[in-house]
Amino acid sequence: MSKPSDLVQGTLDMLILKILALQPLNGWAVSQRLQQMSSDVLGVSDGSLYPSLHKLEQRGWITAQWKLSENNRRSKFYSLTRLGRKHLEKEAADWNRLSAAISGIVKLKEA
Amino acid sequence: MTFEPWLYTLRLRLRSRFRRQQVDQELNDELHDHLEQQIKVNITRGMSPEDARYAALRALGGITQIKQRCRDARGGSVIENLVQDLRYGFRQLIRSPGFSSLAILCLTLGIGANTAVFSWIEGILFRPYPAVVHQERLLALAGTARVESGTAAISWPDFLDLQRSCTLCDALFVSKITSSTLNNGDRAEVTTGSIVSANYFDAIGVRPVLGRSFEPGEDAGSDAHPVAVISYQLWRERFKSDPQIIGKTQRLNNVPHTIIGVAPEGFYGTFVGWAMQFWIPASMEETFESGGYKLEDRGARWIESYVRLKPGVTRAQAQQELSAIAARLENNYSATNRGRGISLWPLWQTPFNNAGTLLPTLEIMLAVVAFVLLIACANVGNLLLVRSFARRREMTVRLAIGASRARLLQQLFTEGLILSAIGAAGGLLVAYWCRHALVLLLPARSGVAMYLPGEIDWRVMSLSAGICLIATLIVGLVPAFQTRNIDLAGALKAESTGVVGAAGKPWVRSGLVVFQVCLSFILLVGAALLLESLQKIRTTSPGFSTTNVVQTGVSLISAGYDVPRSKTFQDELIDRVRALPGVQSAAFARVTPLGYKSFSSTPIAVDGYQPSPEEQPTVDYNQVSPDYFATLGIRLLSGREFTRADDENAPLVAIVNQTMAARYWGQQDPIDRRLQVNGRWARVIGVAADSKYESMRESPKPFFYVPLLQDFARGPVLYIRSVQPVQSIVAALLREVHALDGDLALYETITVQEQVDRSTSPQLVAVTLVSILGGLALLLAAVGLYGVMAYAVAQSNRELGLRMALGAGTANLFRRVISRGLRLTAVGVLCGAAAGLLLTRLFGTLLFNVSPTNPLAFASAVAVMTITSVAACLLPAWRATRTDPARVLRE
Repeated sequence: MSKPSDLVQGTLDMLILKILALQPLNGWAVSQRLQQMSSDVLGVSDGSLYPSLHKLEQRGWITAQWKLSENNRRSKFYSLTRLGRKHLEKEAADWNRLSAAISGIVKLKEA
Repeated sequence: MTFEPWLYTLRLRLRSRFRRQQVDQELNDELHDHLEQQIKVNITRGMSPEDARYAALRALGGITQIKQRCRDARGGSVIENLVQDLRYGFRQLIRSPGFSSLAILCLTLGIGANTAVFSWIEGILFRPYPAVVHQERLLALAGTARVESGTAAISWPDFLDLQRSCTLCDALFVSKITSSTLNNGDRAEVTTGSIVSANYFDAIGVRPVLGRSFEPGEDAGSDAHPVAVISYQLWRERFKSDPQIIGKTQRLNNVPHTIIGVAPEGFYGTFVGWAMQFWIPASMEETFESGGYKLEDRGARWIESYVRLKPGVTRAQAQQELSAIAARLENNYSATNRGRGISLWPLWQTPFNNAGTLLPTLEIMLAVVAFVLLIACANVGNLLLVRSFARRREMTVRLAIGASRARLLQQLFTEGLILSAIGAAGGLLVAYWCRHALVLLLPARSGVAMYLPGEIDWRVMSLSAGICLIATLIVGLVPAFQTRNIDLAGALKAESTGVVGAAGKPWVRSGLVVFQVCLSFILLVGAALLLESLQKIRTTSPGFSTTNVVQTGVSLISAGYDVPRSKTFQDELIDRVRALPGVQSAAFARVTPLGYKSFSSTPIAVDGYQPSPEEQPTVDYNQVSPDYFATLGIRLLSGREFTRADDENAPLVAIVNQTMAARYWGQQDPIDRRLQVNGRWARVIGVAADSKYESMRESPKPFFYVPLLQDFARGPVLYIRSVQPVQSIVAALLREVHALDGDLALYETITVQEQVDRSTSPQLVAVTLVSILGGLALLLAAVGLYGVMAYAVAQSNRELGLRMALGAGTANLFRRVISRGLRLTAVGVLCGAAAGLLLTRLFGTLLFNVSPTNPLAFASAVAVMTITSVAACLLPAWRATRTDPARVLRE
C-alpha cells in the first residue's frame, strides 16, 4: 500500500467528490466506481480511500449516514453537501484549465 | 450557510474526542462492511471463501494503519494531545510537590506583582472614577500662563465661555475640591466634598439613588442655591440610611443646605485619591472658598474642571479648538486673560489631584515588576531545567519510540502553561488582596477618606493572561532548548542516571543565575537611589523650622464669622496664645506652605523692571500676621517684620524673598521700593530668605508676603512655636478658644514636620514599593543561586571526593564552592551595573538631589548582593565539605 503522492491525493479528493455528486454511496461502492471509471489507471488501493473519505467529511464537503443497503446490510453512506458541491465545481474548473494547458504543451510538436 | 457545515464538523470533532470508542467501532464496522462486500464479489467471481477473504484483505491493505490514518484525518488529535498532556503534566506536578510549589510560588509572586500594579494603574490612572461613564473620553482641563510653567486654575466666566463655545465636547463640568465642617448634634467634623457645576451629575452619567441631581441654573448667583447631594457613605453612616432624608437640611460651613439627593453606592466623586462626601453647586462657592463672590470675576481663577469629548474626537483636535477659544478670550479680555491659555490632560496626568503625584511612581513600578517577573521566570526555568536532566531518559525513550520533537515541545509547553496558569490565578488573588494596599502607604489625615483602589477588570485580567503566556514561553523555552540535541543512541546506551544527568549544559543554568543577579542588582541600585533621595528630601531644610512648631486652625468660616468679627477674634486669640506657658511666639497665615491649598497669585509691576511684551510677571504670595517669620524661623535678610501697626489703615507694605529681590531689583536694595500688588502699590519693607512653598523639590522661586490685616482672610492657619508637646498645646489652645466662643472647633493640629512629611509621601510610597519588590527580587535571585550551587555540588560529588582523597582540606573545598558562587555574582553585578547606569536615569523626577549614577547607591547594592550570594552559597559549600571520599569513590 503506497501513500498516494500529493498530486494524486488532491485528484483523489476531486474524484471522490465527483463520484458522490452522482449519488450517495458507501465506501466499497466508491472504490468499485473509482476502479471502473479510471480503468485502474490511478491504482488507488482500497485502503487509502477511507482516510480521504474521513478527511472530506471532516472538512464538511460530504456527510455520512448509516443506512440499510439494497441487500439489507447496515452500511455507511456518504453524500455530497452543498459546500462540497461548490468545492467540486471550483476544483473541476481548475482541473480543466490545468489539464487543457498541460495537454496543449504536451501536444506541441518538436520543431 | 457556512455556519451549518461548521456546526456539523464541530460535532464530528467533539464526537471523535469524547465518543472515541463509538467512533472507532463505527470505523471498524465500515471496514468490515467493505471487506464483506468485497468477499461476496470475489466469491461470485468463483474464488473459494478462503481465497476471497485473503484477496479482499490484500486489496484493502493494513487495517491498523488505515484506522490510524483515518483517525489522523479526522483531526481532533490536537485537542486529544492537549488533554493527554494536561493530564500528564498535572500528574508530574503532583509527583514532585516540592518542585511544583516552589515554581508556582515564584510565578504567583511574579505575576501577582504585575497584576497588582496593573490594577493600580487601571484603578487610579486610567479608570479612576468608579461609576462614571465613558472615562476613556474624559480629559482634565486646566489653565496655563505663557510665562510660567505648570498649570493654573481657570475662572468661572472663562469656564462658561468654554462650555458655550466648545463644539467638540460632549460636556464640560467643574469639580473643585473643598472641605466643610459637618455639624450633627454635638458632633462636628471636617469632611471633604466638591463644588460642581449644575451639569455635573448629568455629564458623568451618575443618577442619585434618592432625590435628584442639580438643575440647570442652580450653579448661578451669589449663595443663591443652598442645596447638596450627599455621598452614599455619608447617608448610611451619619444619617443612618434615613429614607426620608430628601428635603432635610444639613449645616455645611454653618449654612443650612437642603439635601436634594443621595449619590449611588460605589461613586466616590472625581478626585483621585480621596472619596468625596458631598457635592454643592458653584453658586455656594462663597461659603466654601475664601475670597468672596467670584462667579462674575474673570480674574479669579479657582476652578478645576473636566471635559468629555464627543466620540471620535482626539485630544489634539479638542486642544486646537479650546486654544482658539482661549485666544479669543485673551483678545476680548486682555486685562485678565493676557498670556493665558487652556490645556487638556489625559486623566492619568490630571494636574490637580493625586494622579500626577503617583504617576511617576507607578511608571517605575511597571519596570520593577517586569524585572521581578523575569527573575521569577528564570528561577522556574532553572527548576524545570534541573528536572529536564532527570527526565532526559524519559524524553529519549519517547523520541526513540517515535514521538516527534514537536510533540515533545508541545508537552513541555503544556507543563509550563499549567505552572503559569496556576501562578496567574494565584497572582490575581495576590492583586485582589493588594488592591487597597496603596492607601496604607500614604499617611492618614483627619477629615479625608483616602480612596486609592486597584481595579481588576477584564483589561487587567487579559493583561495578566498575556503575562501568563509570556511566562509560559519563557519557562517552557529553557527545557525545550535542552531537548534540542538529545543524542538518541548515546543516551540510551549510557546506563546510569548520573552520567546522563552530568551531560547537561551548566552554562545555561549559570547564565540564568547571572541574569537574575543582574536584574536584582539593578533593582537594588534603584531602591538605594530612592532611599537616598528620600533621605535627602527629608533632611533638606524647607527654609523654615519644623521642630517645636505646630499648625492648626479655628473653624471661623463654618461658624459664620464675618470679617470684622473674625478680625477681633483673631487678635484676641493670638494675645491669649502668646500668654500661654511655654509658647515663644504665634502667628497666622492664610495658606500653609507645602499644603494642598494654593497661594494667592497676582500680576506685579516693579519700578525700573521692564517685562518683555509676552511676559506678564505673576508672583505667588501669602497673607501673614506679625511674628510669622519669627514663629516659622524664616530668616529676614534685611528690613523688618510686619507689626500690628501694618493694618488696613496703614500704607500697604510687603516683604519679598531673596529670589524675587534678585530677579526684579537686581543689585539694588529693594527696601523702600514700590511693588504693585493687585493693581495697588505697596512699599517693600523687608527681604526674607528663600524657603519651600509648594513642594520640597522645587527650586527657589520668587515669592512675597503681605500683612494679613491688609488682605484679610477668615480662618487662617495658626502657627504656635512652643516647647510643649502637641497634646498639651491642643488642650491649652482649646481652653482659650472656648473661653472666647464655645461653639468653635479646632482643625487638625499637626507639627510642621508632619506637614512636610505629608508633602513627601509620594517619595515614601516609591521607596517602600521598590524596596519591597527589590527585596523580593533579591530573595528569588538568592534561591536561584542556591539552586545552582547545590546542584553543582551534588553533581561534582566524585570530583570533590577525589580532591579530598588527594589531600584537599575542608577549607579548600569550602572556598572553591563559595568562590564559584561569587564569580557568578560578580558577572551578574557587572552586567547589572552597566545596565543600571543606563536605566536609573528613568527615575528622573523621583530622584531629588541624587545623581542616577550615585556611587554610594551602587556600592551599597554591591555589598548587599555580595552578602546575599555568600549566604546563598553557604549551605552548598558546607555540604561540599561533608563529602565522604571513601563512599564517593566506592560508588
